[in-house]
Amino acid sequence: MKFGIPVYPGSNCDRDVGWVIEKVLGHEVRYLWHKERDLSGIDCIIVPGGFSYGDYLRAGAMAKLSPVTEAICEFAERGGLVMGICNGFQILLEAGLLPGAMLPNKTLSFICEFVHLKVENNEIPFTHLYEKGEILRIPIAHAEGNYTCTPETLKELEENGQVVVRYCSPEGIVSEEFNPNGSLNNIAGICNKKGNVFGLMPHPERASEAIVGSVDGYRMFESIVRSVLV
Amino acid sequence: MDREIIEQHVTWEEYQRILKILGREPNLVELGIFSAMWSEHCSYKSSRPHLKKFPTEAPWVVQGPGENAGIIMVDEENQICAAFKVESHNHPSFIEPFHGAATGVGGILRDVFTMGARPVACMDSLRFGELNDSKMRYVAKGVVSGISHYGNCVGVPTVGGEVYFDSCYQTNPLVNAFALGIVKKDKIFYAKAAGVGNPVIYVGAKTGRDGIHGATMASEEFSSEEEVEKKVNVQVGDPFMEKLLIEACLEAMEKDGIVAIQDMGAAGLTSSSVEMAARGGVGVRLELDKVPTREEGMTPYEIMLSESQERMLVVCEKGKEEEIMEVFRRWDLDACVIGEVIEEPVLRLFWYGEEVAELPIKALTDEAPVYCRPFKVPEYIKENLSYDQNRIPEPEDYNEVVKKLLDSPTIASKRWIYRQYDHMVQINTVVYPESDAAVLRVKESKKGIAISSDCNSRYCYLNPYEGGKIAVAEAARNVACSGAIPRAITDCLNFGSPEDPEIMWQFVKATDGMADACRVLETPVVSGNVSFYNETTTDRGKRAVFPTPTVVCVGVLEDVEKRMTSFFKEEGDVIVLLGENVGNISGSEYQKLVEGEFRGRGQSIDLAFERALQRAIVEAIEKGLVKSAHDVSEGGLAVNLFESAFERELGFEVDFEDDIRTDFLLFGEDQSRIVVTVAKEKVEELLNFLEEKTVPAKVVGVVTGTGKGIVRHKGREVINLSIKECKEVYKNSLERKLTGML
Repeated sequence: MKFGIPVYPGSNCDRDVGWVIEKVLGHEVRYLWHKERDLSGIDCIIVPGGFSYGDYLRAGAMAKLSPVTEAICEFAERGGLVMGICNGFQILLEAGLLPGAMLPNKTLSFICEFVHLKVENNEIPFTHLYEKGEILRIPIAHAEGNYTCTPETLKELEENGQVVVRYCSPEGIVSEEFNPNGSLNNIAGICNKKGNVFGLMPHPERASEAIVGSVDGYRMFESIVRSVLV
Repeated sequence: MDREIIEQHVTWEEYQRILKILGREPNLVELGIFSAMWSEHCSYKSSRPHLKKFPTEAPWVVQGPGENAGIIMVDEENQICAAFKVESHNHPSFIEPFHGAATGVGGILRDVFTMGARPVACMDSLRFGELNDSKMRYVAKGVVSGISHYGNCVGVPTVGGEVYFDSCYQTNPLVNAFALGIVKKDKIFYAKAAGVGNPVIYVGAKTGRDGIHGATMASEEFSSEEEVEKKVNVQVGDPFMEKLLIEACLEAMEKDGIVAIQDMGAAGLTSSSVEMAARGGVGVRLELDKVPTREEGMTPYEIMLSESQERMLVVCEKGKEEEIMEVFRRWDLDACVIGEVIEEPVLRLFWYGEEVAELPIKALTDEAPVYCRPFKVPEYIKENLSYDQNRIPEPEDYNEVVKKLLDSPTIASKRWIYRQYDHMVQINTVVYPESDAAVLRVKESKKGIAISSDCNSRYCYLNPYEGGKIAVAEAARNVACSGAIPRAITDCLNFGSPEDPEIMWQFVKATDGMADACRVLETPVVSGNVSFYNETTTDRGKRAVFPTPTVVCVGVLEDVEKRMTSFFKEEGDVIVLLGENVGNISGSEYQKLVEGEFRGRGQSIDLAFERALQRAIVEAIEKGLVKSAHDVSEGGLAVNLFESAFERELGFEVDFEDDIRTDFLLFGEDQSRIVVTVAKEKVEELLNFLEEKTVPAKVVGVVTGTGKGIVRHKGREVINLSIKECKEVYKNSLERKLTGML
């Protein structure tokens, strides 16, 4: 299958995602320049991490205005699979494909470290190869990952099972102590109602090979392939 | 011209030299160019004679000093090379910590990708004063967030580094930034202008008034009042622009047509154009009115001396310029032809058609002054000869000492810092911070690259010759402990004023030591820089930093799967000490703790033995004989053991038999020692192997699962501490101190 990876000026995890898809997963990648609109032949879009347009405004606020993002929005509305990682997640929020917004981390600093995640929803195309309640070890690397939204939206997210992954302890305890950035309800990743758009702050592409210390992120990519090809 | 104006640029003697070379008076633009090119920072006028001592060649060295970065071969079969360099950004970082440090990272990255290498790793060697000073906390935090801001945004991982805290850095913190890139041998680009008539292209950010005279500033000491005024001289970095520049340059290099490329670093357009011309034996003609500027009304003088960041100068084949510039424009970067290569080896500058400078290239480079500065043994060295460590009282509570050492910011975990650095992006980092060296995989190759940055300046202060040797040896030892063969070093020599004979003596001795170590350990110097004038005039006289020759060693792992880390792996593993205990606490963290200062003759090292030790550890790792390897450094054996136990919260029980006073034995910082662990069934094999290699080794204890660190000396228990409790101290100390929660 063919993955599309948009490249905004300032994207810096585009090659990492591409590496995992091409070399580890064995599928095709097309890099999409931010000025492009043509997504023909693409089965899934992965919006990569980085600092799109420098993120001098709110993270992702500029990227939502670029032609490729408009095309991605149309693609998602037609039911296409769209996953946003880190800055990619921020862009999806800014573009309105997912509800809510990001605040600076509660530490007011960038945080790069391995964290533990609990899989809360394993029924979407991005996570169906995981067990519900499974604990994953995947790194985060961001300065603005403190997810927030209105109480109504939060209620809706929780009730619809749109919270896909949450920060937790190595044993799976979800509490403030194991919340690295202050996000509401320890939210690390959410999906839209239809389940075809998924955004998360942690980097599954940094946990997809044994040599980098964890393979817990690999099944997200594998899940996508299985759901598209089956 | 006014003598006052002249002396703001060069010394009166240097001005006489300029008059002689030119046979006329220079105009102000020309004088500005001389001041930049003849500054210590650009000309190495005080250090050059001593840098010649360094060995610079080896079969695996592809490019030695003289280019923007040094290059070594990593994978012969796939022709993959590593380009790297370390450079100082000390002065700007004290004036404006955030931007000073950030632009330090930006500058060193450009030195690497200008050679065609994609940057894959950064490291930073930092020196701060004591943290009970609020100014220093502000500086330290600013420096860390500046590095974090820049490195994270450009998408190059900061994989490690080192940080020391000593009062000599109170008003002169050091920020040394290192970068390493990967390049195929046939894709290396050089900064050697050639081809008369070839266009000179300006790319990247517009030129502003920031950083004018940065190179000259870096060649002066601080006097506190002036500091504030100098703020205007610090450049502001834009990592987003840098990221675009990296991608655009690497893309443009894929096209045919680039002849030479160099970044505009210190002394901006001046040094980049002059150095490219000098290397190629040609001249350059520039039309300064064509340079894209950030503000109106900039003069030729300002344009030539601006140190605005994220700018590059490219020479390309005539006729290819449109194709090359198109790449930059696609990335929304400014790109325009501003001049051409000329035959006559002269720098000719024009301003709306009128010639505003005409300077022979040689006058700016080869004919720059070289000073053989006088040097003499400092008083303090003589005074220290009579130091006797036996006069300090033996501690009553060893547990307390260990906790205090683990709490000292120099020893404590640097987690608060590296957590703010993206140390994973590009997914090549395979040994994360906290181990002795960072290890990177090389995609599309079996090999790994190990990097370690080191310099214990306390040893250098007490004995610059031995300290210089140790800086090289320790960096190489850390690399060896990760299983890699140390291959080359890059260095950043941070000293006080070379005009002070006692400082000059430190410089001469330290570089002597480094040169000797590089020869014996076969780690030539492939790049580096010198930063003098790291001193401040205070009401109590001059305060210079300790001599700090930062060394970054790069090594190659034959098989990255065999990489080694420093922490204990499993209960039941046997702990073996390689090397000999002497019990010397001079220059140690323990000495600082009990005496509040560094005294004595410092540490010393036997290079032949060090070499044998390093070879042996690399081979033992290769053979799968050891499960962890950790170099004994600051804090001595006791700290080494605790550090090794933290990661998995294991315990240990050791017993030492040496006839040495207990505190000297446990906290002494004798060189050439490594603590390894080995599976029980392999102990014999390891000991036999080490005997064969004539490396002394003895079993000292065992890794336990009790979560207790227990140390005995001749059977008497002297330390018994909870690993978890100590880990808390170790892990959080720096954050507590930096946030003022002492």
